[in-house]
Amino acid sequence: MNPTSYLVLATLLFTIGAAGVLLRRNALVAFMSVELMLNAANLAFVTFARMHGNLDGQIVAFFVMVIAAAEVVVGLAIIVMIFRTRRSASVDDASLLKL
Amino acid sequence: MNSINSLSQGFAVQADVVRADTVQVVQEASGLFSWTWLLIALPLVGAAVLLLGGRRLDRTGHLIGSAAAIGSFVVAVALFIALLGESGGERSYLVPLWEWFNAGGYEVRVDLLLDQLSMAFVLLITGVGSLIHIYSIGYMEHDERRRRFFGYLNLFVASMLLLVLAADYLILFIGWEGVGLASYLLIGFWQHKPSAAVAAKKAFVVNRVGDMGMVLAIASMLVVFGSSSFEVVFAGAGSGVTTGWLNAIGLLLLLAACGKSAQFPLQSWLLDAMEGPTPVSALIHAATMVTAGVYLVVRSAAIYDLAPEARTAVVVIGAITLLMGAIIGCAKDDIKKALAGSTMSQIGYMMLAAGLGPAGYAFAIFHLITHGFFKANLFLGAGSVMHGMNDEVDMRRFGALRAAMPVTFATFALGYLAIIGLPPFAGFFSKDKIIEAAFAENILIGICALLGAGITAFYMTRVMLLTFFTSKRWADDAHPHESPRVMTWPLIGLGALSVAGGAGLLYIGGGIVDWLEPVTGEEHHDLPLPLALLIALTLTTVVAGVALAWFMYQRRPVPAVAPAGNPLVTAARRDLYGDAVNEAVLMRPGQYLTRSLVYVESRGVDGAVLGAANAVGGLSSRWRRWQTGFVRSYALTMLAGAGLVVIAMLLVRLP
Repeated sequence: MNPTSYLVLATLLFTIGAAGVLLRRNALVAFMSVELMLNAANLAFVTFARMHGNLDGQIVAFFVMVIAAAEVVVGLAIIVMIFRTRRSASVDDASLLKL
Repeated sequence: MNSINSLSQGFAVQADVVRADTVQVVQEASGLFSWTWLLIALPLVGAAVLLLGGRRLDRTGHLIGSAAAIGSFVVAVALFIALLGESGGERSYLVPLWEWFNAGGYEVRVDLLLDQLSMAFVLLITGVGSLIHIYSIGYMEHDERRRRFFGYLNLFVASMLLLVLAADYLILFIGWEGVGLASYLLIGFWQHKPSAAVAAKKAFVVNRVGDMGMVLAIASMLVVFGSSSFEVVFAGAGSGVTTGWLNAIGLLLLLAACGKSAQFPLQSWLLDAMEGPTPVSALIHAATMVTAGVYLVVRSAAIYDLAPEARTAVVVIGAITLLMGAIIGCAKDDIKKALAGSTMSQIGYMMLAAGLGPAGYAFAIFHLITHGFFKANLFLGAGSVMHGMNDEVDMRRFGALRAAMPVTFATFALGYLAIIGLPPFAGFFSKDKIIEAAFAENILIGICALLGAGITAFYMTRVMLLTFFTSKRWADDAHPHESPRVMTWPLIGLGALSVAGGAGLLYIGGGIVDWLEPVTGEEHHDLPLPLALLIALTLTTVVAGVALAWFMYQRRPVPAVAPAGNPLVTAARRDLYGDAVNEAVLMRPGQYLTRSLVYVESRGVDGAVLGAANAVGGLSSRWRRWQTGFVRSYALTMLAGAGLVVIAMLLVRLP
């Protein structure tokens, strides 16, 4: 199968994820969209590793997975705390960091 | 212009004249002479005790102060007798005290130099100073700050003694500034009067202008000679220094002398200084302060002898001031201000003589000393009149006082006869010598001096007539009475000196010219006209001045209010517009300059700094609106940024 198709799929997934982050208000959905973008990048890395015939891209993909797992732990904890205090998970409500 | 050129040519020829016949040997002081420092220490300790002693000395302060001055005079007389015992060329003693500082290759020692010149000054300062101290006991009797007054007087005397005894220009400068400080404190002694406070400030500020000349002169000496001690400077002046440097130093010293001696163009403080108590005026005008400038010029003879242009400047300044002071003296109704104008004029004579070089130095000092006698006499006499007339100073409110205060009248008359220069009184000998020397030098300068003598006779006769003769014009509550003995005895002493001082100094034991010759050198010129004719001419001028005053003031009634006079009288009443010129030339432009500098500072410098701060602040308050707090807008910004980076990389085709 032509590896270029994987790259096209990765681009599509990344675009969906970016659009989700920018357009959805719910913090959990935005969070899931971020995960989608990370995994699109992973897919691109693995595809390039295959195309160039070395393992560099696969190793980076593992690192991304580990980072993503750690990020999920911290991010979910924050979202849960925000939901508990404000009874809402909308990112537009949490816009206090301004003058 | 022509005459000035020929004048300086005359000087250039003279510069080749050998300065002194006998070579002066400066010896290390021993025995009695090593006690010279006592002269300064006594009044200095007196000042310290009186100023720090507090109220417990209020009852005895005047006695302590007078004792310090008299003690100093006794030491001076002892030293003088000891000096007389030496031969002419060996009367110069260096009294080493301690090293003041030694830095950067310059060594300054606190040494005193006791020679013929300083001895003459020391005797004048302590002698006349002591008489003024005694007189002040009576004059200041009802002033509750009398103790402090005597403390300042002692400080004044001590500073002046340091000035004339110093053997180094830097040490001289300490005395110089001390005199300035003491004069400030004394002129403003009645500081509750705003006019006195302003006059004191004015004297101080004008003197600072002169002091700049002194500072620059000392700096030049350090650059050129590597030292400011008399020994090094005078030895160096004769060997290998350009005339340009010598002229520069000479002119700077002249500026300093102009400030202290109230010479044109720094004369304006002297008339205002009359705000001080009258004994202070006597002290400033007779013994201390204004004589310092003449001392400086005569002491720096070694420099002026080789700096013809600077000497010409001294003569010209002296001649201008001589006439200015005399003209101002003619128009003043305030008795003290008339006498102050007279001081300016007489100091002008001394400067003129000092500028004539070795031919005139001794006569400058001679006139300085006789002037010290009769001017102290006149001022203390004026103080005695004021004492009896409820501190009235307007001569139009005096008149016919000779019967009410006979002793004051008699002594004042002696001073008057001395200052107008009638033989055999003191002023005749000293002033005549200066007029002679001036004529021998240059006919124009001689005529100035002669004219000055005539005007002097006029204004002093005017003072004399308005005060002691003519009709009574007293205020209603005036009860003129003779002053107490503590005030009249000093007057009698000074009156006697005004009579005998001139002939005595000129003829006894070789006289003052021989006495000063080792320091100042001596030189005779041929007069362009016979001496007898010149003396006759001088006396005729004097008599003409007296006669004119007699017709103007004795033969006509004196109006109680000054009548409007011609433009010259108006100008003289306003000090020949000295203050007006100072205001127009210096004060106003100075104010404009400071105001424009303030404007530049507040608008320019502050504007740049504050403008930059405001610009940063304004931009920040605009740009912070971008921080909306919405996470999604931040995410959009990040995406746009990342997109830009990708596009840029594609454009430059980075691998």
